[in-house]
Amino acid sequence: MTQQPPPAPPPLELVRVAKSFASVRALRDMSLELRSGEIHALVGENGAGKSTLVKTIAGVHRPDSGWIRADGVPVTFARPADAQRAGVAVIHQEPTLFPDLSVAENIFIGRQPRTRLRTIDRARMRRETEEVFNRLGVPLGPDHPARGLSIADQQLVEIAKALTRRARVLVMDEPTAALSGVEAERLFTVARTLRDQGVALLFISHRFDEVFALCDRITVVRDGSFVSCDPAADLDVDTVVRRMVGRGVDTLYPKQETEPGRVLLEVEGLTRGGVFDGIGFTVRAGEIVALAGLVGAGRSEVVRALFGVDRYDAGSVRVGGARLAQGDPKAAMAAGLALVPEDRREQGLVMEASIARNATSTRRGALSRLGLLTSRAEDEACRSWGERLSLKYRRLTDPVSTLSGGNQQKVVLAKWLATGPSVLFVDEPTRGIDVGTKAEVHRLLSGLAGEGLAVVMVSSELPEVLGMADRVLVMHEGRITAELDRDEADEESVMYAATGQPPREALR
Amino acid sequence: MTSTTAPTGPRPEGPPSDKGTGRARPQRPVRELGVLLAVVLLVAGTWIQNPGFLSQQGVRDLFLGATVLSVLAVGQALVLITKNVDLSVGSVMGLSAFGTAALFAALPGIPVPLAMAAGIGIGALCGLANGLLVATVQVPALVVTLGTLYAYRGFGHWWADGGQINAHQMPEAFLALGGVSVLGVPLPAAVAAAVVVATGFYLARYRSGRELYAIGSDAHAARLSGISVGRRVVAAFAANGALAGLAGVLFTARYGTVDSTAGFGMELEVVAAAVVGGVAIAGGVGTVYGAALGAVLLTTITAALPIWQIDQFWHQAVVGALILSAIGLDRLLALRNARKLGGGTHGP
Amino acid sequence: MAPERTAPAPRPREEPAPRPGRVRSLLSARESPVVAALLVSLVFASFFLDMFATGRNMGFLLLSVAAIALMALPMTLIVITGEIDLSVASTLALSSATLGVLWEAGIPIETALLICLVLGAALGAFNGLLVTVFGLPSLAVTIGTMALYRGLAYVLLGDRAVASYPQDWVSGVRAPFLGIAGLPWIAVAILALAALFAVLLHATAIGRSLYDIGNNTEAARFTGVPVRRTEFWLFTLSGTVASGAGVFWTLQYGTSRADTAFGLELQVVAAVLLGGVSIFGGVGTVLGVMSGVLLLGTVRNALQLLGVSGDVLQIVTGLILIASVVGPNLVASLRRRIPVPTILRPPTHHGERP
Repeated sequence: MTQQPPPAPPPLELVRVAKSFASVRALRDMSLELRSGEIHALVGENGAGKSTLVKTIAGVHRPDSGWIRADGVPVTFARPADAQRAGVAVIHQEPTLFPDLSVAENIFIGRQPRTRLRTIDRARMRRETEEVFNRLGVPLGPDHPARGLSIADQQLVEIAKALTRRARVLVMDEPTAALSGVEAERLFTVARTLRDQGVALLFISHRFDEVFALCDRITVVRDGSFVSCDPAADLDVDTVVRRMVGRGVDTLYPKQETEPGRVLLEVEGLTRGGVFDGIGFTVRAGEIVALAGLVGAGRSEVVRALFGVDRYDAGSVRVGGARLAQGDPKAAMAAGLALVPEDRREQGLVMEASIARNATSTRRGALSRLGLLTSRAEDEACRSWGERLSLKYRRLTDPVSTLSGGNQQKVVLAKWLATGPSVLFVDEPTRGIDVGTKAEVHRLLSGLAGEGLAVVMVSSELPEVLGMADRVLVMHEGRITAELDRDEADEESVMYAATGQPPREALR
Repeated sequence: MTSTTAPTGPRPEGPPSDKGTGRARPQRPVRELGVLLAVVLLVAGTWIQNPGFLSQQGVRDLFLGATVLSVLAVGQALVLITKNVDLSVGSVMGLSAFGTAALFAALPGIPVPLAMAAGIGIGALCGLANGLLVATVQVPALVVTLGTLYAYRGFGHWWADGGQINAHQMPEAFLALGGVSVLGVPLPAAVAAAVVVATGFYLARYRSGRELYAIGSDAHAARLSGISVGRRVVAAFAANGALAGLAGVLFTARYGTVDSTAGFGMELEVVAAAVVGGVAIAGGVGTVYGAALGAVLLTTITAALPIWQIDQFWHQAVVGALILSAIGLDRLLALRNARKLGGGTHGP
Repeated sequence: MAPERTAPAPRPREEPAPRPGRVRSLLSARESPVVAALLVSLVFASFFLDMFATGRNMGFLLLSVAAIALMALPMTLIVITGEIDLSVASTLALSSATLGVLWEAGIPIETALLICLVLGAALGAFNGLLVTVFGLPSLAVTIGTMALYRGLAYVLLGDRAVASYPQDWVSGVRAPFLGIAGLPWIAVAILALAALFAVLLHATAIGRSLYDIGNNTEAARFTGVPVRRTEFWLFTLSGTVASGAGVFWTLQYGTSRADTAFGLELQVVAAVLLGGVSIFGGVGTVLGVMSGVLLLGTVRNALQLLGVSGDVLQIVTGLILIASVVGPNLVASLRRRIPVPTILRPPTHHGERP
């Protein structure tokens, strides 16, 4: 591997880039240098700013301050087309292909080779597709429809598209999250080939084995800022993990000590083909159990299945000793379950509806009198919860979309706490909300557990997991790989189990 | 970075599955061939039942009957492929039919091609208005074209003022078009066939044609790929209007007598023909060949029913059953493909 | 580099101003233009057309929109959930044809009516089955059943007409309510039904869940709304009401024909959209839809009295429909362009998600 920096200026360079959304500073001080013929890894916790960085490179976001330089020349990427023109191609975790078109057409859409009569030169398009597929070692025919391609193949089609555009910088945003081992290996072969052909690659992954096997140089980011950049050969997993986490659990997490009560939730052998497998655990009253793991490990899918939004193939769920029928959220609610879902805007709230209607949507039956439900009853019920959660709003009749992210999350919490649940599932309870509200949510959850509620928390934020949980269940690729008590759990033990590394001395 | 959508989980570490990689299944016009087969079987069966069905006159009637509907179905397919719909085609066709005839009546000396071009132009204008409303004001096509269905028809009625224009007010040369044959095929049918082939070629071989499929497949992704979605949609509507205009001209040439009710209620039969021919209402799928074959199938059924001693009143019920089986079949095939290819079965 | 630890103390929010909201929401509601247009057209027509405000004409007007009004009620609910039912007019026709065949076969009319309603429920349930269980798009499904049901009506009656209905039933459906001239009892019945639908939609848990389904099906599912079951019953309801409209239509005109009410489904959809229901679902009121039905009927009636031909009526119908959808979109896009004064903006957000 090339140790001497190439004499030419790097094809793409970010210098002290910062980017904020409202009051959230996604990137504070980010620098990155992508060199030709090198695979560069970007690692950091969820929420460290990796996605924003990728979108900035792709021309989706414009930095508030700092520069982007291409070949040493400052450039502005106002829109994705500008970035494409500068030779930047981004392979997203889930590519957007046209399912009804063939792979060749997907690669060439809008710029198909043409004959003199301006018709599409299909023979040439097919030939060039075959060429690029051969170069990548992809066993796909050019006429294969894009519909039904595995994510791995879709990514390869996107890479082929990038190559036919003569991209010199290729960004891969967690490309292996949805790939099998063999598929990932194939992708790495392609990546190495491209590197040897002089392309600059940026590879984002949570999997250290991949990062160390593939990449020449590793940049660590934390809290939107650059931490370090070193040749991979000079680093080891422990160092990288320490730099990523980089801080202790702080007072953001006001966990109360509680004495666990009786068992409220028992899950046994829960399996859904290809998604999760043999999930079993119990949760007691007053306990906060965290489901930790990487994005895509199947944690959200487990809680969705428990709540009845999705079905499962095998296993059993008991709530307070009684077996819960599957696939029926209403039954789950009646049994005392509540789910604050992962995606607030798509699953948690009806954004167009008012604050009051959202906050009371789970117990309209109870608020009705003689079958009639009045706005007044909704408003009153909502107002009392609004006070309890110190919700900030103008009018209860305003659409919930006018609230800030943190206040929206409070509405979701109000909506579910109002059902008086005995088991509360919270999926990424503080994603995308400001620090102050975050602490409020944590205090609330802790207080609820203190009152005897059983809480199951899915979280990708390690400090949150470590700060809040009495017990941590770590999932890796659909299975529970570790169960850690509060005093056993630390950044490293969770991270090792989450990345599927062999357990070390502390783990069972 | 959501964790719900990515189908992940236990990684198979065995040999690579054939998830779409190993065996390439190129897109073949299976769906169109299916409809063609149905037409052939129906014609053959009916012919055995009564050889008179394929007499020279019988074939002629069959061709002429399918002409108007298939031209309309081709236009509708253009619009459906972009994930829109045009319910106003019946009205547009009626307006063009009457407009062409009225032109002949008002200006007796007018050259035949000019009047025909005018008829097509009326249609194109109507389609353009639809397209502009859909693309620029972002009103759903269903609503816009439902509105223009009334507006265009009403305009036609107002123009005709309850009257009709008879064959003797039109030049012989124009009316004769309906009788001329090219290689044994009536001229209008030949025109329709040419339209089908030309449109099919355009959709398959031109960038802008392929972009219509891309738009219907995923409009957002199309925009990201730099396709000017609005312009293409407007063009599709205008082309559909022009074809409805052509259908109106052909209608006038064939029947000789028109009032403003020509094409009344035709819009649903047109959508039906396209859907039966494999053009998906959800956009992005289908060919104009399929749409035209769907139109031929529907007309053939109409013609064949009496020969099978089936009450002609069954016609519409058969059409309805055919539409339902067509969309049911498409859905079934899609589900089976999804299952075969694995994954992608998340969510509802 | 350390994360901010200081959680800003939550500012207690002063109690929101007591309900100017209700008035405001009444004025800014989507249906208010339709209601206003209806009132204006009623006033104008009464002033300038001597014939308009007579009992005879009112009765005629109300009878002429009765079937549309009936079918528009369940259609409103269906469109609010983001679906559509184009088969209503065909269901009406098939119900009418069935009534004719049963009556001719000597079945007592009461029994025949009941059979028709059950048939309508079954036809609607068939739509619902295809949409919810098989997951087919309702637009395509109901275009198919529109042809199928109409076709079955033809199969039953061909081009015959059944017109031998008992006279007391025929005049019965047109009878005035409590002897008030110009107020057919059917209009009162529809009004009562509309009130029922309004209560269902605007003041019950089910009604709220219909809006949720239309706005965000996924979120509705996560809140325990049985989406498929709800939609199935809506289609069944629509079929039942459409066959009721068919029975009424048959008796009103004293005749059953297979081609009856051809194209009426589009008028029903037009009235619903005109009444402010969004074709994308999630928005709309019963008041708006009923105003839309009456507005179309009034304009048509007034123009007829003016001696304007039916052609212009159609143009006007179409233009009103387009204007009713284009209008709000234009206003919205204009609003987006004109900056909102700071004072009208929602409170500053903390941590808006990127």
